Amino acid sequence: MARYIIKRIIHSLITLCIVIAIVLLLLRAMPIEGYFNNYDKLSKAQVNVTLQKLGLKDPAPVQIAKYFGQLLRGNLGVSNKYRAGYPIAKIIAKKIPVSIELGLLAQAFALALGIPLGIAMAKSTRSRFKIWDKFGTVLIVIIEAVPSAVYHLLIQLYGSEWLGVPMLFDADKWYTWILPVFSLSIGSIVYYAMWLRRYMVDEANKDYIRLARAKGVPEGKISRVHVFRNAFVPLIQYIPNSILFTLMGSLYVESLYSIPGMGGLLVQVIKIQDNTMVEALVVIYSALSVVGLLLGDIMMAIFDPRISFTTKEGSRA
Amino acid sequence: MTLHGLKSSQLEGSLTAELKKQVSPYEQYRGLSEEELFTEASVDESNAERAGYSNYSYWGATLRCFFQDKVAVFFLVVIISVLLFTFIQPLLPNQKDPKTIYNDAGGVQIINQQPDSEFWFGTNSIGQDLWSRCWAGTRTSLGIGFAVASVEAVLGTLIGLLWGYVRKLDTFFTELYNIFDNVPQTLVLILISYIMNPGVGTIIFALCLTGWLSMARFIRNMVVIIRDRDYNLASRCLGTTTGRIISRNLLPYLVSVIALRVSLAIPEAIGNEVFVTYIGIGLPTDIPSLGNLVQAGRLLMSQPNLRYQLLFPVLILATITISLYIVGNAFADAADPKNHLR
Repeated sequence: MARYIIKRIIHSLITLCIVIAIVLLLLRAMPIEGYFNNYDKLSKAQVNVTLQKLGLKDPAPVQIAKYFGQLLRGNLGVSNKYRAGYPIAKIIAKKIPVSIELGLLAQAFALALGIPLGIAMAKSTRSRFKIWDKFGTVLIVIIEAVPSAVYHLLIQLYGSEWLGVPMLFDADKWYTWILPVFSLSIGSIVYYAMWLRRYMVDEANKDYIRLARAKGVPEGKISRVHVFRNAFVPLIQYIPNSILFTLMGSLYVESLYSIPGMGGLLVQVIKIQDNTMVEALVVIYSALSVVGLLLGDIMMAIFDPRISFTTKEGSRA
Repeated sequence: MTLHGLKSSQLEGSLTAELKKQVSPYEQYRGLSEEELFTEASVDESNAERAGYSNYSYWGATLRCFFQDKVAVFFLVVIISVLLFTFIQPLLPNQKDPKTIYNDAGGVQIINQQPDSEFWFGTNSIGQDLWSRCWAGTRTSLGIGFAVASVEAVLGTLIGLLWGYVRKLDTFFTELYNIFDNVPQTLVLILISYIMNPGVGTIIFALCLTGWLSMARFIRNMVVIIRDRDYNLASRCLGTTTGRIISRNLLPYLVSVIALRVSLAIPEAIGNEVFVTYIGIGLPTDIPSLGNLVQAGRLLMSQPNLRYQLLFPVLILATITISLYIVGNAFADAADPKNHLR
């Protein structure tokens, strides 16, 4: 097991390096205006000198090697426009706590709502009118089909009206947290409910459940002890994934509610074209997603004893 | 659930029939006289030829399965009528131009006019007709969606088939997939739109760049599973060409996956267009698109009486995406040969 995890970590590290290298190469194609605070006023010679100083005239491999060197020392570079000359690491350090708090809250909320919804749906497939199943299916279709950029907007618009809370976020007022957390978690809620229902229905048709029922095990105990526990194993892999979901959702939600977090920051620096900031944030986000997928695989391996570690690992398919 | 019940009862019925035959194999011959029993049967050549023929047609069964789902048929009608209408709308009489700014008698722009008989969806903040802008926007967005979906279908299927069928390429594609899959699509979209000039082409390119991934992986897994099944081995032994094996033996299993991915790719593309427009790196504002319309409506949404400018585009968008989602899922179910057993 330890060997599997170590192998998987090394694999992820290599992937991460390749991803960062590709991102850097792509970013070299960005408009060079983004490296200057006052591009319009500069002469061509001045522009060239600055580019030289930033190391942007070096051959690509040298630039990438330099950037990795910087990263190892925990240095993300300096901002150009957002706060000229200020270290990016310091800017981000201030923003991260808000994003993490929101993300974790949204995750907890998603688990707390998604799992009961999934269970209720699976149970109601056995009842006569299947009310919960129908309600859940309609909800799933709406959230899955309508683009998130649209339903986040509607949640903000009508949520703030019905609850009588302000549209914008204020860390000191607890009630302004409700809507962003709800927005961030709705995708995961639906995701958990959908898959939990499917796995539970599959599991409930298996022979050992039929045996348990024939033996006279109470219905509640069957669904609690047998069905739910077995059905939840495949979902464990989705927990880190759904944190990623939340991360990507936060790009949009944070800037909608003008939350001073990392997601909102990325949108902001793209709008003002601050290249070094975009670079640093994209690298951080890619790293997060690599780590998320890694955690998913490791958790899966720990929680499901049926997975063997001796088989050769291939694609995650 | 219901499918399971149906299948098992069917199986049980055929099993009991089989059992009965075994108990008394001569049951059916009891009424015959001795003479009839012991004379040679005539051989019918044409009957011999009929062996092995079944009137199963893949597409026939798929369509029959699909049309049994009444909800899906309803949404199919909805999506077809919306599609037709987006193209018919500019040809109808008395339609306004989506880009013209309208002035009233005094020469003042008619801004933020509530919906009335003249402007069916009202006018926007600079006096353009929202009704025609909505449909023009739908055309743009659907165009993007279809372009992305078709590239995705072709590229994804091709790569998936290569990945699954050619063993030498397996490791290469698997590693490539693992790397690409680690970068969230949203980030790629943001990066590409940031680097390139905003426009329809950029968005299509950025979405296609990562869109083929999941499609190719599904196809690859399917091909790997089915490739070495006995019936394919038999086909190969009988000398069937690879092309025919792919089109006859594999493709029916792949159609459902392809259909599902295509129908989901269109709403995804539309949603992503809305998202990049929000960040400010989407289509230029002079091209009406659902993303631009939603964005324009968003800016005014805090005023309740101007909310129609957000709600009309959102309504059209939601209708299209929900219909496509339901139709796609239903068609994918119907196209799966496993569901044709009834």
